[in-house]
Amino acid sequence: MILQCAVLFVFMALGEFVVYATGIPVPSSIIGMLLLAASLKMRLVREMWVSKVADFLVKNLGFFFVPAGVGGMNCFGIISDQWLPVVGASVASTFLIIACTGRIHQITRKYLSGRKHELFRE
Amino acid sequence: MSFLENEMFLLALTFTVFLASRLLQKRTGLVFLNPILVSIVVLIAFLSFAGVSYETYSGSCRYIDFWLKPAVVALGVPLYRQLEAIKKQILPLLVAELAGCVVGLVSVVLIAELLGASREVVLSLAPKAVTTPIAMEVSRAMGGQPALTASVVICTGIFGGMAGFRMLRMSRVSSPIASGISIGTAAHAVGTSVAMEKGYRYGAYSSLGLTLNGLFTALLAPFVLELLGYAV
Repeated sequence: MILQCAVLFVFMALGEFVVYATGIPVPSSIIGMLLLAASLKMRLVREMWVSKVADFLVKNLGFFFVPAGVGGMNCFGIISDQWLPVVGASVASTFLIIACTGRIHQITRKYLSGRKHELFRE
Repeated sequence: MSFLENEMFLLALTFTVFLASRLLQKRTGLVFLNPILVSIVVLIAFLSFAGVSYETYSGSCRYIDFWLKPAVVALGVPLYRQLEAIKKQILPLLVAELAGCVVGLVSVVLIAELLGASREVVLSLAPKAVTTPIAMEVSRAMGGQPALTASVVICTGIFGGMAGFRMLRMSRVSSPIASGISIGTAAHAVGTSVAMEKGYRYGAYSSLGLTLNGLFTALLAPFVLELLGYAV
């Protein structure tokens, strides 16, 4: 378990370092995630070194959001003042994102694989 | 100070409430009894009733909060396991993600404006589709209210996780990869936790969706908002 946590926190720290050194406005955890995936791909890190702790955290991801969600109790005032735009815009926009992302992915994929078949025929 | 403000008591309470909420959903099988949502509602009700301030609560639950960042780093493992599948369709992925990011930003701003939101609320809502740390940074940078952003982000995630698969059916999206990335794009890590339960592949694609949308939103939000008339 120490090895597992060591690998995880090394990548967490690398993410922090990249943000510190370059000042890019991307969260360190996202950089750490990308570096971890890349290092696994390049065989710098073996999957078994980190999979136990990673699988545990990923499986329980939702739990870690609970305290931040409870923080919503401090925003009751502004939300109850403007509940219609807050709820309406969030719900409608979530539906639009899901529909657009999914449809566009399927259409682009179909279009590209269709073109590939044409190329093979010629 | 009453015992109800004891650090270990509040931690134990948070774990127990979540455990009970998860059990409740397993027993009833009802989608809207999302364990994250139920836990948040129960804990807010308890804190208000017991007169414990959020500051006291968050002080003891910073140990749980702390794991948010490492948990996002840990998403690198499912991402790695799906790399081959991703490589095969990198172009459709990028096109779909870019569209999802821009549609998300533009739609939430325009609809909120239409329904009469103040400038501060519009800016707080803009990054609501991406994961909490990114959304709060974007909100702060643009002049929104990070605390409001955080609660909207979490509610959006819960809503997207609960209703996302139904929305996908309504939009006739069926492939696992398109479904996964859509959930991750719209509902970040909370949606991903629901997608993980549906199947490991859905979860892995969902973590890809949340990563790409997080990156795109962090990079594009300032420009898109400026085009919509919200220069900093």
